[in-house]
This record gives sequence, C-alpha cells and structure tokens, in this order.
Amino acid sequence: MNALSSARFVNIGERTNVTGSAKFKKLIMAGDYNAAIEVARQQVENGAQVVDVNMDEGLLDAVEAMTTFLKLIAAEPDIARVPIMIDSSKWEVIEAGLKCVSGKPIVNSISMKEGEKPFLDQARKCMAYGAAVVVMAFDEKGQADTKERKVEICKRAYKLLTGIGFAPEDIIFDPNVFAVATGIEEHNNYGVDFIEAVKEIREACPYVHFSGGLSNLSFSFRGNETVRRAMHSVFLYYAIPAGLDMAIVNAGQLDVYDQIDPVLREACEDVILNRTPKDGEQSATERLIDLAESYKGKSVAEEKAAEEWRSYPVAKRIEHALVKGIDAYVVDDTEEMRAATAEAGGRPIEVIEGPLMDGMNVVGDLFGSGKMFLPQVVKSARVMKKAVAHLIPYIEAEKQPGAKAKGRIIMATVKGDVHDIGKNIVGVVLQCNGYEVIDMGVMVPWSDIIEKAKVEDVDIIGLSGLITPSLDEMVTVAEEMQRAEMAIPLLIGGATTSKVHTALRIDEAYEGPVIHVLDASRAVGVASQLLSDTQRDGYVESVAIDYEKVREARANKGQSDLLSIAEARANAYAPDFADKAPAPVQPGLHVFDDWDLEDLRETFDWTPFFRAWELAGTYPAILDDDVVGESARNLFEDAQKMLDTIISEKWLTAKGVCSFWECHQDGDDILLTDGTRLPMLRQQFKKSRGRANFCLSDFVDPAGDWLGGFAVGIHGIDEHIARFKAAHDDYSDILLKALADRFAEAFAERLHQHVRTELWGYAAGEQLTNEALIREKYRGIRPAPGYPACPDHSLKPILFDLLRAQDNAGITLTESQAMLPTSAVSGFYFAHPESQYFGVARIGRDQLEDYAARLGVDVAQAERWLRPNLD
Amino acid sequence: MSARETFNTEAAKRILITDGAFGTEIQNWKLSEEDYAGSLGLTKDQKGNNDILALTRPEVPESIHRAYFEAGADIAETNTFSANRISQADYAAEDRVNDLNIASAGLARRIADEYADKDGRPRFVAGAIGPTNKTLSLSPDVNDPGFREIDWDELVDVYHEQAAALVEGGADFILIETVFDTLNAKAGIMAAKKLETELGRDVPVMLSMTLTDLSGRNLSGHTVEAFWHAVRHAKPVTIGLNCSFGATQLRPHVKSLAAIADTLIMVYPNAGLPNELGAYDEQPDTTAGFVKEWAEAGQVNVLGGCCGSTPAHIAAMAKAVQGVTPRKVPTLDHATRLAGLEPFIMAA
Repeated sequence: MNALSSARFVNIGERTNVTGSAKFKKLIMAGDYNAAIEVARQQVENGAQVVDVNMDEGLLDAVEAMTTFLKLIAAEPDIARVPIMIDSSKWEVIEAGLKCVSGKPIVNSISMKEGEKPFLDQARKCMAYGAAVVVMAFDEKGQADTKERKVEICKRAYKLLTGIGFAPEDIIFDPNVFAVATGIEEHNNYGVDFIEAVKEIREACPYVHFSGGLSNLSFSFRGNETVRRAMHSVFLYYAIPAGLDMAIVNAGQLDVYDQIDPVLREACEDVILNRTPKDGEQSATERLIDLAESYKGKSVAEEKAAEEWRSYPVAKRIEHALVKGIDAYVVDDTEEMRAATAEAGGRPIEVIEGPLMDGMNVVGDLFGSGKMFLPQVVKSARVMKKAVAHLIPYIEAEKQPGAKAKGRIIMATVKGDVHDIGKNIVGVVLQCNGYEVIDMGVMVPWSDIIEKAKVEDVDIIGLSGLITPSLDEMVTVAEEMQRAEMAIPLLIGGATTSKVHTALRIDEAYEGPVIHVLDASRAVGVASQLLSDTQRDGYVESVAIDYEKVREARANKGQSDLLSIAEARANAYAPDFADKAPAPVQPGLHVFDDWDLEDLRETFDWTPFFRAWELAGTYPAILDDDVVGESARNLFEDAQKMLDTIISEKWLTAKGVCSFWECHQDGDDILLTDGTRLPMLRQQFKKSRGRANFCLSDFVDPAGDWLGGFAVGIHGIDEHIARFKAAHDDYSDILLKALADRFAEAFAERLHQHVRTELWGYAAGEQLTNEALIREKYRGIRPAPGYPACPDHSLKPILFDLLRAQDNAGITLTESQAMLPTSAVSGFYFAHPESQYFGVARIGRDQLEDYAARLGVDVAQAERWLRPNLD
Repeated sequence: MSARETFNTEAAKRILITDGAFGTEIQNWKLSEEDYAGSLGLTKDQKGNNDILALTRPEVPESIHRAYFEAGADIAETNTFSANRISQADYAAEDRVNDLNIASAGLARRIADEYADKDGRPRFVAGAIGPTNKTLSLSPDVNDPGFREIDWDELVDVYHEQAAALVEGGADFILIETVFDTLNAKAGIMAAKKLETELGRDVPVMLSMTLTDLSGRNLSGHTVEAFWHAVRHAKPVTIGLNCSFGATQLRPHVKSLAAIADTLIMVYPNAGLPNELGAYDEQPDTTAGFVKEWAEAGQVNVLGGCCGSTPAHIAAMAKAVQGVTPRKVPTLDHATRLAGLEPFIMAA
C-alpha cells in the first residue's frame, strides 16, 4: 500500500452539498447538472479525498436529485475515482444513493434517534450494500452534549453494531462539535467534552474513526475570520491526537498552529480547553471576545498601504481608486488629471480614453480571471461613473464627440415584470468594459424596445425577467423583432430563463442570433464576441449548433411518462387529519401598517443576498470563504452600514396583511366557506415506489379545515433609488434593492412565525433560532402562487382579493402578476404538520383542461400561465 | 461441515482446479436447431442458447462436466452463464429460467457427487451467474450519461431468481463471474443476501472480475483493488479474475489482488489472446506453464480456464500445480477500505 492511497486525516469535499453550498444548491434547483458536476470535479482536483453529496432541500425531490447526480458522476472518471459520502437525514435518500454507487461509499449518517430497531435495520442494510457509516451521537433522548452522554451513546452503538457483525473499522463516530464561547456557561466545556469523549471512545471501541463538523465550534465568532481560523486550528491540534481523523472542512480555512499569534492562540486554547486565563481577571470567553475585537477589520499592513496610495502619481491613483472601488478622491483626482492634460495641450476625452479606461481594463481582467467579484466591480463602476460625470461638461463644452464605445446595448426588463437587480448588474458590468448601455428600466413593452433599438441604432438587445410569465413575453419580443426584420443579437437573462427555453422557444422565433447569458460574468464575453468582426460568425454559428443540439436532445428525449390525472389522484398524499391544526385563535383579517424594521433585520436570511451579487456560499461560512470571503465581508459591512441608516432614518416601511379562512378540500380544489374556489395542481409524473403525487389540497381536510393567506411589501425605496441614480451610484442602488428584498423575505418569515405562535396559534410553544427558521424547521408551509408547489401566478389576484391586499398593504399586481412594490412576498398558509413543499413539475393535457374548467377560464388562457409546466 | 468449510479445508491442502470453457466444447457437438429447441415449443430459434441444453440435450453438458472432472477438476461451474431473465428474453425463454437453472445445477451436482463417491475427494458445484448484457453504472447512450437501461431493484430480482434456482438445484456456491460492472456484482451480492435471509442459511458467493484494459480496470472503471474493497462485504469464498486476456497479461493484477484479499484467490484466464480468426490457439502446456508461476509465487488457490480452454488445458494445469503449496490467506490489519474507481484506505 503506498502512502498516497492511505491517509491519517481525511479531507472531505463539502461543496456538493445543497445545505452547505448556495452555488451548488442553485445549480441543482435549476437542474443544471452539467455545472453541478463541475463543482464535484473541482473538489477532487483540489484534493478532496472523499466527496460528500447532500440533496436535503425542501423543494427538491431528494431521491431523484441524489440518484441523478450520482449516476452522472459515475460517468466522470476523474470524479468517480474517489469514494462518495452519501449524506442525508432521510434514509430513503441514502438507500437510493446506495443503489447507484459502484465503489464502497460512506453513509452519513445513521443514529439511535428513533431507537435501536431502525438503527440496526439501517446498519444491516449498509452491510448488505457494502458501505462504511457515520454514526451520530444521538439517541432516543436527543443529541449528546456532555462527555458522559457522548461516550455512553457511542459505546452502546458500538456494542449493537459489532453485535450484528458490523466491521468496527467501518464505523465513524460523529460525537457532535458544539459552539463554545457563547456566553452560556454550560457551553464552556463543549470543546473539552468532545476531545475527551473521542479519547475515551477510542479506548473503548477499537478501530473506529471520528468525524466532526468544525464550523459549529466557532459559531459565536462568525464574521471574524482570524479568530475562527485560529479556533479551528487549535481545536484540531488537540482533537487529532485524541483520535479525530476526518472532518468536513475547507482546508484553506486552517492556519498553521505555530504561526497563530501566541496571544490569540492562548486565548483560543483557554476557550477550547475551558481553562481559566493566567491573569485570572476575566473568563476565557470574555478574554477571547475582547481580543477578537482587535482582529476585526483590516490588518496593520493594510492600513499602511491605505495611506500610501495617496502619494502615487495621479494616473496611478485613478487606477488604484478604480480597482479598489474608492470614490472619496476620484473627482479631485480626475480634475487634477484633466487640468494636467489640458496644460499639455490634450483634450478632456483623453482622461477617459487614457487612465480611466486603463484602470477599468485592469478591473475587467481581474474580474474575467476570477480574482475580483461582482460587488467590487460594481463599486469600481461607481468610481468610473463619477469621474466621467465630472468630465462630461468639459467634453460637451469642447463639442467633441464622446469616447467611441465598443458597442451600444439596450437592457430592459420585459412587460409585466418589475425585477431589475440582475439586469442592473449586467448593465454595470458591460459599462465597466466599455459598452454604452441604454437602460430602459422595468415593465418595458416590446414596441418601446424595438423603437428605441431603431432610433438609437443599437448593436444588441438584452432582455431580463424573473417570473415565469416573462418567458412568454420574451418570445413575443423575439417574434416582433422578426416581424420588424431586425437582425441584431438578442440576449436573454434572468432567474427563470434557461438555455433550454431559449433554444426551444425564443431562438425559434427570431432568425437573428439569440443567446442565453447564464450570469453577469458571462455578459462581457458574449457581447465582445458578438461585436467582433473576426469572431462574430464563428461564435453565432457555434451557439446555433449548440441550441440545435439542445432541441434535438429534447426531441429525442421522449419525456418521462405522466400518469393520467385520475391515476395521479388515486396516488394522492393522505395525511392523518387527526393531527390537523385547530381553528385559529384569532380568526379574521390582520393588518400590519409598519412592522419594526429592526425586528426584521434580526431575521434576515443572508445567503440569498450574497447570491444576488453572484457570490457563491452560505452565510455565515461565506464570510470565511477562501475565494470570495474578502469580497463578501466588505459587501456585508456596507450592507450593515446601509441597514443602520435605513432603520435610523426610516427609509422603508414594512406593510403586510394576513387572514384565515374556513374551508374544506374538494378534490384538487380548496373551497372556502364564502364560496371562493382555489384550484390547485397535482404532480403527474410517475413516482418511485411508495411516493405520493402531491397537490396542496391534500393537506386540507375534506371534513373541514382552515387555510391562511398573506401578502407583505416593503415601501419607500423609490426616492432613494432616484437619489442614487442621480449620484451615478449603481452600487448603492443595487445594495438597497437587495436589502429591500431581504426585508420582504424576513417579514414573510416573521409574520409566519407570528401566525404560528399567536394568530393561528397552533404552535404556541415554538422556540426556534434564526438558523432553524431559515431551514424551515417549523410546522406548516407558506407556498406562493407562481412557485413550484402552486405554479399558477394567476391565483395571486384571487388571494389579493381575499386579503384586499391593495388597500391593506399597498401591494398591486402587474398584468403578469408581478407584485409592486418589487420587494414583496405573498402566499398561502397550510398548517397541517405533514404539509410540505414540492414541485408540481410537468402536467398533462388532461389536467390542464380539468384545471381550466375548475378555475373557470378557457384552456388557452390556462395554457399561457402554465406553459413552463407543460413542456 | 458446510460446503464453505469443506472447500476451505481442501484449499488449505492443495491448489484446487476449476473447469474450463463450455462454449467451445459444445461447438464440437455440432448441434442443430432441433437439438437446441427440443420439444419446449419456444417461439424463437434456440440455436446458440447453450444454457437451454440442460433441458433439451442434458447429455451434452453432462459429458462436458465429466470430461473436466476426468481432467482433474474439483469444481464444476454450471452451464448457466446466460440463464437469467434478461439474456433468455433474446430466446423468448425467460419463463424457463427457473427450470433450466434447477436442471443445470442438478445435473452438475449429480455428476460431481458421482466423482466424489468414486475417489472420496470432495467435488463442488459453482452456480454460474453472468453479468447480463445490461449495466447499472454505464449509460448505453453517449449523449445521455445519466441514462440507465436497468435499475438496481430490477437487476437484484433477476439475479435473485437465478440464484434461488441454482441453490435449489444443488449448487454449493453462487459464482458471480465475468464482472465488467462492479455495481452489477454488488446487485448480485444483494440477491445472494436476500436468499440467505429467505433460506436462513449461508449462501456463499465466489466473485470473479474481468479486465477490459491492460492497466487493470474493468468496464465500469474499477481497479482490481477498488473492486475488492467494493465487494468485500460479500465475504466471498473466492475472489479473482477470469476471461480478460491471457495469463501473461493478467500476471501483475493477480499479484496485487493476492496481496490484499483475505480470502481464497481463483483465477481462470483465457487460453491466450485470440488469433486473427478469433480462435484461441495457446497450447495446454503453455497456459499451464504461466499459471504454474503464480502457484509457485504463492498467489493463487484455485486455477482453471475460460474462453478457448479445453479439458486438455485443465489437465495440463492440474498436473503442473500438483504438489505446489497453495497460497496462504493473509490476515489484514483493521483499516477502513473505501473505494471510488480507485481504492482509498484509512488506517484504524
């Protein structure tokens, strides 16, 4: 056996995990398995010795996702060469994975949580499939916290497992790493408990291994990377000799023990080993918290560099300001440069063509090579715009034509849609790279787009949209461009768009080039190739061939079989209605005119915020990410500052309404006692053994039940956006919109909690942390019209009427059922404990016709709203 | 003593011999469609369905088993390589799968017992299960790598049906052979485990991998070591290699497997590589000479032949390894032996 194929401490790749990687989750949710495979490949290339795969996400059919992904990576020898860790909290997902993995994998995890019998049954199956297994220190009483409990549970599990012939070397214990230095005294010994427990279990249970999730340990210090890295390194320094031999950890997040600042190292040791600090003045936790303050923010060397750049020559200062996104001095520097240029007989335009464009080229190169990230680029653009704004009066006074742009591009969010964060980001990135962008804003009708394109003689049209009806509107724009006999390229982007839809529907409607742009980072590459004399034809042809392949693949695929709607209904989900929620404690309509923003801020789910800026990762781990961490931290800091102002100056108002209605299930409909009928859609695709074909009405008792509904919106953004636009500040513009979205989501979350504990009151005793809230660990769901469980946007007007949402929360709907203000959330409340999120996915013609009749619309109209579910 | 124990006891004394090819021997009979089809009344032509002969011309496989026992074999491998529901569907004979496995195992059992009774030396029957022509870890469609022609549960059922009939007919072991897809083999193991639960007794398996390239991987991409890690939970009576290429090409892989497997090693190579006409022309003494090297290096416990081998090859092997000390099964240290396509070991 050579040294390379054996290992003392095993690194497990953690990125192919939907609960740990926002990027991977996004790809899987979007069905972009090709890109998801690349994530796995990078893991292995970067040295992961085992790849952890986890698909536990409420909106996913985890069995389906797990098997699809595992089958695909089986076809990739440079990924499949390493063992797989099949990671799920659901045994059925694990077993489905075991049926696809050809080597010997690790199952993560099983435990005695539900008692000995299920534990041993699952262990026997692991033996029959040939798998090692992670055993969590968890029993009928709960998760083990103290050393005694950890040891007791692991010893018991060991005895049980070896008793049925399970090979001891195939047992990996996870004795639970918990957060220390939380300020709660009972937590102080958690580090020692873990290390001591590992030592003792290893003595008592020969040949077993130990694993643990490190990030929990330093949870109290999230945001402070220096301290967290030091804590992890110190912990491993003591835990590895004790027996810890594998961990799901990002190797880049670890420091060399000897190189940690000795003061910090000692403070970490005091906390982890639960020692009293030598000077005895403070507790170990207090000392580390005090010390942590001094490790926040910039290092000494960085501060020194910060002062230094002001002494550079002016052109260099401009470049520095652009690359670093510092706008404080840019007007002065630009003026200095302009004056110097004028003195030398040059023209103001030369300042743009010279130092400013040089600086932006550096930014473009850094972004293109992945060394800079979107928030930084947007900040750079702000600096650039301010400089250009300063120069424009001089250029106009000179009556010289402006700098020749590389090309002129229209950007528009299509009619019926109001979302523009992504569109604005793409616009900024293009401008940074020397393109002139004509931003037509949101809800732009096709006629305006085409007219503007002709008048301004643009080179490219870019369309954006977030909600599903926008897909149809994009097809309309393409058809009209064809009718107008245009030939310029059409770019398609936005959250619901896809290469498949673009190839199948939009590209077929327009003879000119149609290109789906996956994200902002691709926009420049696409535009530059389209506007290059030499590359254009080759590029357009390659995309056309690619889309033809997509169409062929689609045509040949022969879609998976659908059940008839009658068969699907026969396989409906049948919850136990004995468990249904009682009638609401406070029935009727509840209006909230001004929910406390500070309260909402505490409920923020930050992960999607970073995703909006194309930073991949889960909060708070993203702040420590070795690739995007710095960028994420700076963005987070700016967001916190803006939040402080939003709240202290009361920029925004959170308005909302909710109500509860008595109802009963009537087939696939929910029928309210006032006669309002809410038709729902049922999954029709063939389910694997034993899985139901879900419909939301399944969660409502035919014998009588209750349904809730809500709509919340964040008002007041417009005047601030106008101010930012006037100041050429795209960065603040996008930041404010992204934060308003967070407020809306947080409001939906908080209101739901209020409903569960107070208004409906079926979960009065619920106690959940913010993390648990984000992970939807509560009872009941709040599906929204237009999203997977309830894909028809046209139910929104019915909901809004019931809530009188316009009067009560100031929210209106566009013709595509997008909500205004843009940062708004609405949905239904289902309270049955077995209610769950699912995706309706593809439905058949039979259900479409039946549904149209139930909704009381003609089939063509229903077809239009449900197009994405019909393909 | 159980078959497993008897086998282990015999294997500790000497190098055991399994049999050789059936296909080439059957060809010598120059059978016609009528011979194959018999009176079964199946709707498709049966010529080429060698496994069906157990029902229609049982004297053919019987005489071949006799020839190999005469040559010195200790083990008869049943003539059931394709006697599974998937392969028999090509001959519209899928409903005869149960009968023909029982018949094949039964006739091998009878002849094995006959020879054992004659000289007191135990003879064994290995119920052969081929890989089928479907694969669990590869897509037949290069444009759709996630597609599979068959799923795990289906294949487990197919194997289970065949294994149950072989055991009922009298097979001592289930020989999962010519494994080109490791996941198929794991499904075969699962089928045997199911059968064990149903019968309430040990159903010992033998596992034999086939290599598709000289670097030592099977079609699903597993190295010999990774394959061993992936199937070790079966606690097989033997692990080894068959078919693939000739003995010369197998040499390095036999050596590496012998060092890591804590069970008996069985290798039955082809009689060299096929010539330009597709025939095997390696002479019995040549093949025997190669396998003797493994025996003398202490790397094997059971030897035999695959494609192109004849009773003469088996006789030559038996003679060549007579008196050579068999490989001693090593004891492995406790370590977690995981595998992707390549092995991964964590020391305990």
